[in-house]
Amino acid sequence: MRNEPLVYELSRPGRIGCTLPRSDVPEYSLPEGLIRTELDLPELDELTVVRHFTRLSQKNFSIDTEFYPLGSCTMKYNPKANEAAAAHPGWKNLHPLAEPEHAQGALELLWRLQEALQEIGGFAAASLQPAAGAHGEFSGVLMIHAALKDRGELNRRKMLIPDSAHGTNPASCTMAGFVTQTIPSGPDGNIDMAALRAALDDTVAGIMITNPNTLGLFETNIEEICRLVHKAGGYVYGDGANMNALTGVFKPGSSGIDVMHFNLHKTFSTPHGGGGPGAGMIAANEALAPYLPGPVAVRRGESYRLEMPAKSIGQVKAFYGNFGVLVRAYTYILMTGGNGLRRVAENAVLNANYLKALVEGVYPVPYKRHCMHEFVAKGTIVPGIHTLDIAKRLIDYGFHPPTIYFPLIVQEALMIEPTETESKETLDQYADAMLKIAKEASEQPELLHDAPHNAPVARLDEVMAARCPILCYRG
Amino acid sequence: MPFIPNTDAERIEMLKTIGVESVEELFSDIPAHLRVQNLDLPDGVSEMEALAALDALAERNAQTTKMDWFVGAGAYNSYIPSLVPALASRGEFLTAYTPYQPEVSQGTLQAIFEYQSMAAKLLGMPVVNASHYDGATALAEAVLMAWKAKEGRNKILLPADLHPEYAKVVATYLTSFDIELARYEGDPERASLDERTAAIVVAYPGFSGEVYPVEKAAARAHAAGALCIVQADPVMCAIFKSPGEQGADIVTAEGQSLGNPLNFGGPYLGMLGTTEALIRRMPGRIAGETKDKEGRRGFVLTLSTREQHIRREKAVSNICSNQGLSMLQTCIYLAALGKQGLRQVAKQSYDKAHYAAELIGRIPGFRVATKQFFREFLVQTPKPAADIARALAKKGIAPGLVVSRYFPDRPNELLVCVTEMNSRPQIERLAVALKEASK
Repeated sequence: MRNEPLVYELSRPGRIGCTLPRSDVPEYSLPEGLIRTELDLPELDELTVVRHFTRLSQKNFSIDTEFYPLGSCTMKYNPKANEAAAAHPGWKNLHPLAEPEHAQGALELLWRLQEALQEIGGFAAASLQPAAGAHGEFSGVLMIHAALKDRGELNRRKMLIPDSAHGTNPASCTMAGFVTQTIPSGPDGNIDMAALRAALDDTVAGIMITNPNTLGLFETNIEEICRLVHKAGGYVYGDGANMNALTGVFKPGSSGIDVMHFNLHKTFSTPHGGGGPGAGMIAANEALAPYLPGPVAVRRGESYRLEMPAKSIGQVKAFYGNFGVLVRAYTYILMTGGNGLRRVAENAVLNANYLKALVEGVYPVPYKRHCMHEFVAKGTIVPGIHTLDIAKRLIDYGFHPPTIYFPLIVQEALMIEPTETESKETLDQYADAMLKIAKEASEQPELLHDAPHNAPVARLDEVMAARCPILCYRG
Repeated sequence: MPFIPNTDAERIEMLKTIGVESVEELFSDIPAHLRVQNLDLPDGVSEMEALAALDALAERNAQTTKMDWFVGAGAYNSYIPSLVPALASRGEFLTAYTPYQPEVSQGTLQAIFEYQSMAAKLLGMPVVNASHYDGATALAEAVLMAWKAKEGRNKILLPADLHPEYAKVVATYLTSFDIELARYEGDPERASLDERTAAIVVAYPGFSGEVYPVEKAAARAHAAGALCIVQADPVMCAIFKSPGEQGADIVTAEGQSLGNPLNFGGPYLGMLGTTEALIRRMPGRIAGETKDKEGRRGFVLTLSTREQHIRREKAVSNICSNQGLSMLQTCIYLAALGKQGLRQVAKQSYDKAHYAAELIGRIPGFRVATKQFFREFLVQTPKPAADIARALAKKGIAPGLVVSRYFPDRPNELLVCVTEMNSRPQIERLAVALKEASK
């Protein structure tokens, strides 16, 4: 594939890719001393822009083009109806400061989505404000902070984080002023209960739990964990990144979790967009509901309005959340329904266990249990071969690599999440590729070391990129 | 169900391979008393039914395109060329993940690099990151970044004339830290800085539309050992001096009006740029140029040792997912409009806003309170602005933001925004209607 020039390299003086109507008002002079004299943006005609970005798109793997089994990312199919629904001008051309009586459709959607997610999670109330999972975490730990403040117990500064947790968990705690203490996992891949008990003292603010955890394993002691943390005076935060395993099967709120975020861009099929936007809606039980970030949508008779929860931590972004993402998630929930959401979890878990069964004879799986929606295997198949080599070789077979080197507690980790939207034949083909690669690893290891062979570029020098950063065009 | 391909026969075969009798057995790690069989939600419906339900909701909303629309206040009614959504909605962009595997993500990575390049030029900064959730959270992160960079100083100066939602978001982000948020009135050049001041935030323009030059404020901040953060309107920067050339250390902006629809407040685009000196303290993802082993140019996410997936509790921020697709829309928008197009958008908005201010200023009882502005200005009204807005809504005119919505003690103020989307007849209808409504 040929190198695609940068927009600046395609630029030719005098070209323009979009014109405006001729101005129909008089010209006014700009304030002296503040006039900008140059603007170094490229100059391109419309077709050049179209070809350029079309060609760039063709350098991507995506769910629409390839199997993309990134663990903990839930790269499931993003229904096109979601996009069609969100494209309605009644959403796109709705200003956030339109008077509430002119935005009743939008407010009703927010309220309905809050209600649906409360039911799915088993919680009392929800806020759709957070724009991403980490943003939801930050909001949730701030709610815990606010509740502790009301109790006069801000001396509780310690947040417990299992060693299998996503990096966002400890980072969110730091942003909310907490200090973190890592809790190790036991031999079964679950939180080590003895270590947890030992950590529970009167400085504990709470614990952040991902369930299923990032090993793809259900925390079987979840109720006991919540009981112990509550008894010690702390709160339990649920990281809902892996909720795709549990919709319609398990309601996190019923196990004692106090506050939790859902990643609508994972479980509820909204597109990841090459890094975002997501939506990290957050839900809470009765105790923490008054602290939710706002505004939230409420129904009063037949009309809908926005209100701040009684003791809200405040606003975590301008306006009401990544609304366009919320429209997509709501569309998905309507199409999938209560009955369908259970089938989603069943098939996500079935697909993961099936794929695990196909590859675990060759790629060691450290925990001998049924997995949930994903599993973690090890790339330690042949000395001298690393997980990175296996991942890059998968690209040559037309598959996106799984999440690699995470969770940190499994060496050479390959974290594989197939999702329910993949067919058995795709899983079979992927397993075949994994097994062929294992064979190549012993017979022709250079095939792996030099992979990928047919991607737009070969392995890139990331060290150079960080050492001498080139972060924008220097023409 | 169309999104689940497994057939009953396949499920049986798969269960056999796994070595279990039923799917329920796979859930055996979940205590039985915690398992549910169904949710209290309606059954799923077809795409046709779902879209009909969604359309019915959408149609109950007012649309900027069906009215004479003069409300801005942080979200702007701007033209989006057709090619922007057409390209950004390509499945290869839309359904890709964060580009952690660069060999198969060069499209996304090069687009981030191009966005960073164009945004950096526009804001006048050496580096801009790959996005924040919106302008408000970008500003909040910038404040935290400045506070951490100026160890031992714990005061941040915020303009009194800052978008109220931005001020609230900044306050929320600072909840747990011992940081004093002090507000200053008027020209940032006259704000009082002391040895405890970590940074001054300059709104360029303010919530009222008022534009103060940044240059002297930045110089005074530096002389006092503090940083200068500028919250800018990026469209204004096409014709007004950029914050960077006036000495800003960190620039944040809301990029919505660069190619992203209003969408009832999101997804928008938080822009954040900084100087070389502060790069390693900057939150958010950054794409960088490098080479592959055959010497071909390629792009990767870089400087990740700042980030949560590497540094965990020591990361500069917890941000992970950002606004990738909104950033892509802006990238395409900037490439299409280019040097001339963006200046036209900015100049037309400026001219139209000034024409509107001139007409409104002539109506008895009305006064334009903003002295120097770009496309938005504050109008003092002879009657409560809410009453005027209600009367004009009946004529299909949204005359501006009723300021009492945010500040109940300011009933007679209207914040009027005029963009390139407003025609001269619309502006003239607005002036006539305001005059009638004041009677």
